[in-house]
Amino acid sequence: MSSSDWEGGKSPFGIGWPKLMMWLFLVQDTLTFAGLLTAYGVMRLSLGRWAVQAEVFNLYLVGAMTFILICSSATMAVAVSAAKRGDHRKVSTYLLLTTLGGLLFLGGQYIEWTHFIHEGARLFTNPWGIPQFSATFFITTGFHGFHVAAGVLYLLVTLWRWNRRSIQPESVEIAGLYWHFVDLVWVFIFTLLYLI
Amino acid sequence: MAETEHGGGGYRVYAVTWFWLLVITVLELAIVLLHVPKIILAAALVIMAFLKAGLIVAYFMHLKYEKLSLVYTVVVPMVFLAVILFSFVAPDAIHVFRLRR
Repeated sequence: MSSSDWEGGKSPFGIGWPKLMMWLFLVQDTLTFAGLLTAYGVMRLSLGRWAVQAEVFNLYLVGAMTFILICSSATMAVAVSAAKRGDHRKVSTYLLLTTLGGLLFLGGQYIEWTHFIHEGARLFTNPWGIPQFSATFFITTGFHGFHVAAGVLYLLVTLWRWNRRSIQPESVEIAGLYWHFVDLVWVFIFTLLYLI
Repeated sequence: MAETEHGGGGYRVYAVTWFWLLVITVLELAIVLLHVPKIILAAALVIMAFLKAGLIVAYFMHLKYEKLSLVYTVVVPMVFLAVILFSFVAPDAIHVFRLRR
C-alpha cells in the first residue's frame, strides 16, 4: 500500500460507501443469527433430546415457504439487473413480485405459528416437555420473520422511490443485498431447525 | 453504466442459480423423508446448506464479481466464526451433556 492510497479519491473496495455499509451491516447481522443458532445447538446437544420436528411441523408448508423465499430472491436479482440496464418498468414489476413473495412467506409463517400455539406451545412451556424447543422456535423464526417484515417495508419504500425516480440503481441493488440475506439466513434456519 | 455486463450472462445466470437452489431444496426434503443414519443426514444437510449459501452469496448477492478485498472482508470473519464455534462451543455442549447423565 503506497502513501497515495491515503490521499483520498480511491475506493479500496471498488464500491460506493452505501453498498459497503450494507455489506458490513449484513456481516454483523450474520453474527446475530449465528448467536441464536449456536444457542440452539448448545441446548440441543447438551440436552441430548429434542422434539421430533417432522411430527410437530408441517414440512410441506415449510418447504413451500422456502420455495417462495427462493423465488422472491430470484425476482429481486432480476429487478437489480433490470435497474442497472435502465429497464424502468421491469424494475417496478419485479420489485412488486418480490414484495408479494415476502408477504406470502409471512402468511405461511402466520399459519405455522397459529398451528404451533394451538398445539399448546408457549414461549417457555410446551406439550413436548422440552421448554427450550418452543423457545428456540419462537425466538429464531420470530427474529427472521421480523427481518422479512422489515424487508417488505424496505422493498415497498424502494419501489415507491423508484417509481418517483428519486433513487439510483445502486439503491435497488442495496435493497437486493438485504433481501438475499434474508433468504440466506432462512437456508440455515430451515436446515438446522426443521430438517436436522 | 460501465459495469452493466460484468455479471456474465445477465438474467440467465439468475435463472440457473434459482433452478439449482430449488433442486438442492428438494434433495434436502427428500433425504429427510428417507431414513438414513442421523450422522449422515446431518452431514449431507449441512453440506447442502453451505452449497445453497454459496450460490446465493456468489450469484444473487454478486460477491463473485466484486473486488477481492470485499470478498475477504465478508468471508474471512465467517471462517473464523465457524472455527471458533466448532472448536470451543461444541465441546462445551457435549461436556454438559455428559455431566447431565
